Parts: sequence; C-alpha cells; structure tokens
Amino acid sequence: MERCRIIFSGSGGQGVITASFILAEAAVIFDNLEAVQSQSYGPEARGGATRSDVIISEEKINFPKVIQPNILISLNQEAYNEFAPIIRPGGILISDSHFVKIKRHIDAIQKSFPMFETVMADIKNPIVFNICMLGVLIELTKVVKKESVIKTLEKNIPKKFIDINKRALFLGIKLAKK
Amino acid sequence: MKQNIKFVQGNEACVEGALYAGLDFFAGYPITPSTEIMEHLSERLPIKKGKFIQMEDEIASMCAIIGASLTGKKVMTATSGPGFSLKQEALGYAIMAEIPCVVVNVQRGGPSTGNPTHVSQGDVNQARWGTHGDHAIVAMTASTIQDIFEVTIQAFNIAETYRTPVILLFDEIIGHMREKLILPEPGKIPLVERLRTSVKSGIDYHPYLQREDGRLPMSDFGEQHRYNVTGLFHDMWGFPSTKPKIVHGLLRHLNDKITNYAETKPICMYKEFYLEGAEIILISYGSSARSVLHTVKNRQAAGEKIGFIELQTLWPFPYNIIKKKCANARHVIVVEMNMGQMIRAVKNAVEDPKKVFLINRIDGLLITVSDIRNILRMLQGKGV
Repeated sequence: MERCRIIFSGSGGQGVITASFILAEAAVIFDNLEAVQSQSYGPEARGGATRSDVIISEEKINFPKVIQPNILISLNQEAYNEFAPIIRPGGILISDSHFVKIKRHIDAIQKSFPMFETVMADIKNPIVFNICMLGVLIELTKVVKKESVIKTLEKNIPKKFIDINKRALFLGIKLAKK
Repeated sequence: MKQNIKFVQGNEACVEGALYAGLDFFAGYPITPSTEIMEHLSERLPIKKGKFIQMEDEIASMCAIIGASLTGKKVMTATSGPGFSLKQEALGYAIMAEIPCVVVNVQRGGPSTGNPTHVSQGDVNQARWGTHGDHAIVAMTASTIQDIFEVTIQAFNIAETYRTPVILLFDEIIGHMREKLILPEPGKIPLVERLRTSVKSGIDYHPYLQREDGRLPMSDFGEQHRYNVTGLFHDMWGFPSTKPKIVHGLLRHLNDKITNYAETKPICMYKEFYLEGAEIILISYGSSARSVLHTVKNRQAAGEKIGFIELQTLWPFPYNIIKKKCANARHVIVVEMNMGQMIRAVKNAVEDPKKVFLINRIDGLLITVSDIRNILRMLQGKGV
C-alpha cells in the first residue's frame, strides 16, 4: 500500500480525533500496518478548528506530522478553508454537505456527502457523525479493512453504543457507494 | 487480535514501561503535557496493588516518592517544566541521600509557564544542572513509542543499580503521539531489583558503607534497622559530617558512581545510522530525531555521505564516543528544539568545535524535514 497521509479536521466536539485514532489503531492492530497519529492539542482542540494527523504505511514512519495530506477530511467550513489549500494536488477531499460549502478552484477530487443529515435522519444522534465519516473514508480509499474498523470500535466503545456506531459506519459506507 | 500489540501515546508507553519495571508507588501533580501518565497510573497502579497519590504540588510529589523509595518501593513521578523546577531541591536530596527514583519531565515550551501545549527541548541543561551542587545525574530520552517503553524500564534499572535519581526527558510531541507498542512477555527484559542488606536485625547496619563492588545495599526504612538519612554530607552511618576527608570522599563517590560508567551500558544508550564514511554527522534526540532520521534516509538514498547519531542518554554525556565517531566528519550538526543546549557538550567532545553547527526550532512546532534540509544545503554550499 502506498503511504497515506490524512488530515482530519473539524470543530472541537465533532469527534474528528476519536475517528482518526480508531482508523490508525485499526491499521496497526488488525491490518498489521504502521501508523502514527498526532493532534492539535490545546484550547483549539476544545472548540474552534481541530486537526488530527494520521500517517499509515507499510514501513516505519519517522516524521509524524502531515505537511501535505493526500486525503483531507473537513467537517466544518473553518477547517475546510484552512486546510483545503494544503491538500496534495489530485488528493481526495471529503467534506460534509451540511457544514461545508465547497469551492471549485481546489485541485483535488472533492467529495461532499450529506453525512450529518443522514445520521440525524436515521440514528437521530449526532455523536456518531464521526463514525459515519469513517465509513465514507474507508469505502472511498480502502486504506484499512472494514472488519478491522468494526473490531476497533468494539474494542474502544462502551457496549451500549456499539450498535449505533456500527449503523453509522454502514451508513457512511452506503453513502460512499452511491 | 494480538494482545501484546497496542496503539498508544508516548505517555501511556511510559506507564507501560514503569509497570513492566515493577513500579509500586507514584506521586504526582497533573501538568500538561505529562498528565496522561498520572491519569493512566491512577487506574492501573491500584489494580496491581500499588499506591497512587495525587499530592498538593510537585514539591510534595517529589518528597513523597523519596520517602516511598526508602521503604523499599520502586517509585516514579511525572511532570513538565514548571513542576520540574519545583522538584529540583528534593532531587538534590535524592542525589545526596542516594535514593533510587525516576522523574519524568515531558518537556513543553518555557521559561516559566511558557507554552504548555507545544513542544520544546529546553530543559536539557536544567536536567543536568537544575539542582545545586557538584553532582552527577542520569537523564535519558526517546524518539519512538517503543523506545519510551524500553528507556523507562532501563531508567528503573539504572536507578536501582546506582542508587540514583534518573530523569526521563521526553517532549510534548512524543508524549502525545500515538504509535505501535509491542509489549514483551514479562521477564523478557531483565529487571534490576532492590539490593537489600544481608545484615540481620539487631546487628549494626551501615547504610552508606560501600561493598567491594561499590554498591550500597539498602534496608527498607522502618523495618529491621534504625538509620539516619540526611541531605548533609554524611558518614557511613548516615550522620552529618563536615570532616574534609568524608566530604571529599562522598562527593567523589557521588560523581564517580555515574561518570565512570558514562560510556558503557546500561547508562550509555544511543543509536547510530550510516556513520561509515559519513562526511556530515547529525546528532539529535527525542522527537527531533524523527525529523533527522527522515532527512538522513532521504539523502542517503540520493547518495550523500551523511550519518546520524541519536542520543538516548543525554547525561552523563559520552564525550569519548562522540569524539571518536565524529573524528572524520567534515561537519557535525546538532539538531534540537532549543537555543543550543546539547551542542555545548558536543563542542566539548569533538576535536575541532568550529565544525559543529546548530539546527534548531523554538516556536513550539516540531522541527521539519525542510528546516533541516535548508541548513544542510547552505553548509554544502548549495544555497537554500
């Protein structure tokens, strides 16, 4: 697999950091890959633009930060405006159609999905918005196996929330397949 | 799922290392970016019947671990810059009274409260000379999550072997970053346990009388023997003394017991990459070593003769090893995230200090590959 550099961005509380380390953990523990995850830490992580960097590779990763992502996820307008200019030309930019109005001049494959609206219509609970996004991401990029993400969710999430998380993941996968 | 593979932050890896090494007692006061060490130990330590205490401040935390260590426990505290400043006085006491303990400092920007949520390597010289008096110290660091785990175990081993505080000088990037950690089976990494006296109860025990091999067996305080512990210069009974012979002997012992082993394992730990025939040698440590390794690998692939020494033990500094390894290099470049701290030791070590240069970054962000590359190009006469 080619080295994959991802920036997850959004506002504090949307769960972008949780989603990012679930993906990275799935890669390391279940897919036998190398991954590093680091995040913006401090007042900005609690409201405002939040950022989490994930690198996944078959080889050992040295420099742990992402300078130019080839996959960018932006869950709000502020994050989109800030990070869209640094995406690697031809990269994949995933955004949420409810929160982000996309601009046409960005040299990337832009994919906008109604993730928030789908989660609210189907599950009626915004806390799994991030996992729906993860579903979209793994379906579009195949960066880790679906089964690995499910196992990681089971490992990290309290039992009573597992079901809605899995449902959100499959909603995301379905959205991306369309 | 393989049970022994984890995906954790550096701070959690430090916790895993401490528990593997047999940590019994932790006292601390939370401070960014070290708090996760406390947080995880508050959950994990009681499960293995250890004791966890959140003290009223960092001074009390340091004093608490010193007391607990004297009773025969393996102990640790964790903090960051401002808390590390507060611990300095008691750290000196632990050096003088020869009390094994591990002090973690996950470095953030300073001076003062500085830049709590961002990285720095500004406490390197504080670790060396922060407490007053003419002392030796062991300070170690790491650049990967796996290395944090292993260095933490070695810190406990060194503390017990040499009866000394050992400082673990991590930084915000490596403390908060998540990466793979493979936990070895218990017993796979050898552990050094407390050397206890064989002197029976009721027989005179000399707490500061060296054995022939230089080691000082301890007696768990409050158990079999009554003895004195003090921060003053003391005789073999542990009672204060100003006799020149005693003062001289003890100060020399406190320094020699560490500096005599500065260039041998387990105190001396470093890694080297591509040193053979290297015209340029980079020296770095902690999270900046990751940026250096990335750069060096890229430039190796482009055919440049460039090598790298990653220091894992910062103090005592292995002067002779660095001198020897850098003898044939045209340039020696120290990469660190401060205004040039480790570079002083490197300049003292090499034959020609004029060939030593600094590449640094001090704005709270991790030094990047292009930061390093630009300066390298200048040195090679290529311009940035």
